[in-house]
Amino acid sequence: MTDIDVQRRSFLKTSLGVAAVTIAPGMLLFDAAHGQPQAAGGKVRWGMLIDTAQCKPGCNDCVTACNRENGLSGGANGQARSPLPNPLPQAGEGANDSLRESHLKPTDPQWIRKIELKDAGSGRELSLPMMCQHCEHPPCVDVCPTGASFKRADGIVLVDKHRCIGCRYCMMACPYKVRSFVHEPLHDQNPDVPRGKGTVESCTLCVHRVDRGQRPACAEACQNKAILFGNLNDPDSEIARKIRTVASTQVRADLGLNTGIRYQGL
Amino acid sequence: MKAFLLILLLAAAPSWAASSNAPKPDIGKGGQCVEDPQWMRKNHMHLLKHQRDETVRKGIREEKLSLKNCIECHASSKDDSVIARVDSFCVACHRYEAVNIDCFECHSGMRKSAWLQRNAK
Repeated sequence: MTDIDVQRRSFLKTSLGVAAVTIAPGMLLFDAAHGQPQAAGGKVRWGMLIDTAQCKPGCNDCVTACNRENGLSGGANGQARSPLPNPLPQAGEGANDSLRESHLKPTDPQWIRKIELKDAGSGRELSLPMMCQHCEHPPCVDVCPTGASFKRADGIVLVDKHRCIGCRYCMMACPYKVRSFVHEPLHDQNPDVPRGKGTVESCTLCVHRVDRGQRPACAEACQNKAILFGNLNDPDSEIARKIRTVASTQVRADLGLNTGIRYQGL
Repeated sequence: MKAFLLILLLAAAPSWAASSNAPKPDIGKGGQCVEDPQWMRKNHMHLLKHQRDETVRKGIREEKLSLKNCIECHASSKDDSVIARVDSFCVACHRYEAVNIDCFECHSGMRKSAWLQRNAK
């Protein structure tokens, strides 16, 4: 392509942009102020990098934020019914949270869990949040008989509850065991997060917030900035730059699912 | 024959309009942002069904046709809900027509601002 061609192209592009702004300023402003009229694009792939060195043992802020944002009970209404005793009592600041967690019934949905790991040999301890890994090749989508489990163009794996029949095949197929089934009727849901009995659900990467241009609730709540959220496909994004420079791991990388959630220092 | 039909029509129309059973929904703030009320009475379900798939599966969150936006204007000014009472916006007609809707088993029937206020911690 000659130099003149390139110049002509860029001139046409800028003049078109200027024309759009002059002709339809109201429309552009409308789009910015209101929801998102365009579809989620395939050029984006949302993901997270979780720095296990920054994730504090006993801290439950991400779980609490997730529960509040998405209206999960977090065991709050299960206290009267006999809970399973927590086999791992923890000291320090997380004691209250772990106490609350011990009130979780086996049927309470959990979208994000805090996991404490200990290497038996070296005694090295690790703490990390575990949630839907938003795989590029999600097994839950493969097995869904109704097409309810699906992957959005921008890589977010979701359940279309209009189609979910609650068969729970996806829960069995998920190697990370991160999906939950809603066993009991729900009331007073967040208007942005519809949830209902008889369907399977899991971390949505706070899709309603992401579509508004915000970060997921857990990433925003983490005081130690252990959760970095961003576009894995954009080479200039903070997450892509960090993944280029530090060693990161996918959980069960051997399955070849190419997860969107990556862990650092695992 | 024509005269008979006309009489039948004249006799039938006022009897329906004057029926005391006809639903009188609490339309909240009301107003028209999509189509006229008669068209909406007939077709709102198609719009909602189309829009829900666009939103869930493609992430197209066009505000004008979203259930949340319908609720924003049509929730009652008394209790901020479209489903709380027998004369609430959705319930009034759906009861009258005996058409059961599942929308609100998952979706909130409450105005977002009111929900936020109630759940502010």
